[in-house]
Amino acid sequence: MTDYEPRILALCCHYCAYTAADLAGSMRLQYPPNVRVLRLPCTGKLDAAYLMRAFERGVDGIIVAGCLEGGCHFQEGNLRAKNRTALVRQVLAEAGLEPERLEMFNLSSAEGQTFANIVRTMTERVKALGPNPLRLSTCNFELSTEPEVRS
Amino acid sequence: MIVAHRKNIQDLKSILAAHKRILVLGCGGCVTVCLAGGEREVGMLSSALRIAFRLDASEHEVLEATIERQCENQFIEDILDQVQQADAVLSLACGAGVQSIAERYPEVPVYPGLDTKFIGILQEQGVWAEKCATCGKCVLGTYGAVCPVTRCSKSLLSGPCGGARDGKCEVSPELDCGWQLIYDRLKALGQLDRLLDPSPLTDWSLSHEGGCRKLVREDQKIKSL
Repeated sequence: MTDYEPRILALCCHYCAYTAADLAGSMRLQYPPNVRVLRLPCTGKLDAAYLMRAFERGVDGIIVAGCLEGGCHFQEGNLRAKNRTALVRQVLAEAGLEPERLEMFNLSSAEGQTFANIVRTMTERVKALGPNPLRLSTCNFELSTEPEVRS
Repeated sequence: MIVAHRKNIQDLKSILAAHKRILVLGCGGCVTVCLAGGEREVGMLSSALRIAFRLDASEHEVLEATIERQCENQFIEDILDQVQQADAVLSLACGAGVQSIAERYPEVPVYPGLDTKFIGILQEQGVWAEKCATCGKCVLGTYGAVCPVTRCSKSLLSGPCGGARDGKCEVSPELDCGWQLIYDRLKALGQLDRLLDPSPLTDWSLSHEGGCRKLVREDQKIKSL
């Protein structure tokens, strides 16, 4: 697919990655526009279901970005997120979807450049993997921000 | 609590392939506590099954529900509508829960989503250990509250075998010798004399060896006038 541009969700901790993303903007750093940033109060707020549902609804890749290990504002939120991310990767692999579409990164709020690098790394990786096979033609990223309706 | 573990997703997919509308049914009891079959796990597994089916371009609908306990009819009644809408139920309960659902809804195929492992405890975060084999006649009082039926790999009630080395079982060096634990515990309590009485022959008919068990309590039955 030549015109394929991946849609990547970045679930960012308020205390580090979200600020780092802000800094990347202030520093005028270039990074691929494929990423949609969603702020979490801490990656400890991450529920494994967020990740599963996002993939179900056609997201091509997910970045979970939390504080450096040992540097969590809430002591161990990022360590919990690490476990949950690992669990979801395992479940995705069992279900048949590439676990490489999901990865957790650790960075501090001063690392604007690191944030830009992470987005570039994931965009290139997910481009190489191709689109999420679950992506429906009727379900684009903008539409999927609306509440999900289940029967 | 009863400790269970989720089955492999591809195996579940094969079992469920013939059914179009599948109800993944969680249980709020033991399997919620051991993080195998509660509301969260229902959500995760349902998502995983939807992904697995859609990757095969097969059209399956995966519904979700969780009830307080699958081993009680009172709670099972609550999901009558959802079960009636489904072609099959994937129960994330222990073996008792799965059978309760199947007995209550005989017209719907019910499949287990978990492997029921044992009755045990949360030893530490992420580690569960077996503690009780439901043998039917508890002997913990004699053995310093260390169960020889479960903790000894050979379920010996009359003393250790000759296979233990350095307090570890010959079955696995990871496994403590149950009899070493019993001895150490009774010694610490000053109750080693409890071991001097020869233990009577065990009546295994009270355990599962006696067939499927049933407990009847007349005082708890509701008597009609």
